[in-house]
Amino acid sequence: MKSNNFQTPKQSSRDATGQAIYIMWLREMKRFFRARARVIGTLAMPFFFLISFGFGMRQGFNLPGMPQMNYLNFLVPGIIGMTMLFNSIFAGISVLWDREFGFLKEILVAPVKRFAIVLGRIAGGITTALIQAILILILSLFIGFKISNHSGIILAILFMILIGIGFIGFGIAVASILENTESFSLIMQLFVFPTFLLSGAFFPVSNLPKWLKPISLINPLTYGVDGLRASLIGFSQFPLILDLTILFIFGILMVGFGSWLFNKTEI
Amino acid sequence: MLVIETKNLTKEFNGLIAVNNVSLDVKEGEIFGLLGPNGAGKTTTIKMLATLLKPTKGEAKVCGFDILKQRDEVRNSIGIVFQEPALDNRLTGYENLDFHARLYGLDSKTRKKRIQEVLNLVELEDKANVIVRNYSGGMQRRLEIARGLMHYPKVLFLDEPTLGLDPQTRHRIWDYILKLNQKEKTTIILTTHYMEEADYLCQRVGIIDFGKIVALDTPQNLKNIFKKPTLEDVFLYFTGRKIRDGEANQSEKFKRMRHRF
Repeated sequence: MKSNNFQTPKQSSRDATGQAIYIMWLREMKRFFRARARVIGTLAMPFFFLISFGFGMRQGFNLPGMPQMNYLNFLVPGIIGMTMLFNSIFAGISVLWDREFGFLKEILVAPVKRFAIVLGRIAGGITTALIQAILILILSLFIGFKISNHSGIILAILFMILIGIGFIGFGIAVASILENTESFSLIMQLFVFPTFLLSGAFFPVSNLPKWLKPISLINPLTYGVDGLRASLIGFSQFPLILDLTILFIFGILMVGFGSWLFNKTEI
Repeated sequence: MLVIETKNLTKEFNGLIAVNNVSLDVKEGEIFGLLGPNGAGKTTTIKMLATLLKPTKGEAKVCGFDILKQRDEVRNSIGIVFQEPALDNRLTGYENLDFHARLYGLDSKTRKKRIQEVLNLVELEDKANVIVRNYSGGMQRRLEIARGLMHYPKVLFLDEPTLGLDPQTRHRIWDYILKLNQKEKTTIILTTHYMEEADYLCQRVGIIDFGKIVALDTPQNLKNIFKKPTLEDVFLYFTGRKIRDGEANQSEKFKRMRHRF
């Protein structure tokens, strides 16, 4: 073996940062594709929601002031938003799993910018969440979903990415504060369920009573689902530009907050 | 040259002083043992030296770099094998090493070469493409030692390196440690409860209790001065016979939670 005294051949620090982002992304991809149970599991829930509500509510869905539409078409963008929500939060919270299983130590002791680690995790999480969401979209096409404007798919993907970035950032922020995975299920109940239930995924936000509506209005996913609906079926309750702006701000805030908290993590 | 210099290194957690004004030095090329009962402050000291924790007071230098002001330089100079496993169980041995190499900025050619070198050292070449979840405890520990060496560190920290391992693996790991130290001049700092291990491997040992260094010398000197036949007797002389009820550490908590997954 070589002597200890020579300089380790290293890349420039910019390349090292790029390598760090790449390898965090690659790690997420490998872990995702190797955990077949998780892939099927995270696809199953949205799919069952689609089948049960999509077909179950076919007949009785007419709201005053809303154009007549097939409930399945109304629902699919909501389910896609829900898929992105679940997968992104899970990807962000995976920091907790790394802490529990010890791998976080390996990451924290490395001479690499913490921000690169966060970016890599975000890139990996977005990719896996996007794969899931697009699979759900394809599945829904098979059961009768009609996209009104095919060029809207690009815009829809943009919305998916924006939703993903925001909620991964949120997940990382939460995971950096929590110390163990027991709190994880608490987070799921207290936060994730209300978020997708009151996001306009299942029913229009305008349907809600006065005291419940504000929750929907401060919920970032509401604007994500609205944007998805606008892109895919041409119907939305808010102006597209509002949806984009809110999601953009949410994304930046959460990624910033999450990175800051992750930066301060000690183990 | 001194690879570790600490001056009044202190760590306090909510009023509890885990590490209390520790001033110790480790010379280049030494094998140094940090011994102490549960909760004595060994792991906390090592975490501070590895820049994982910030000290409450005091200062320390690793390979001449300040642990607070030059953290990345410190991190580049040290390798560390933790007591609890820190591998990614869903990746292969090779992938774990590759991950580490890229994180530490090794270029492509060096990466490939070094991965082979360290795999050869710990004799895991033919298990490199096996998923780490399927490694035995001893194999995991050997892989972690290999990983700690990937970036040619000057100092290697080993926190309880042979804890819970079979005798064959233990002796092999001792061989790796001695080989590293003699051929590469890598400084080794290890913590252990196995006194015969400390006696066998370490050129000097420091006994830490309640966060303070209570003894620091070569094993032989300690045995002579305090007129004890074994290092374990010296240890018990300094730390007493009372059992320390420490808190469950990460790995113990994790093992108990395993059934949930």
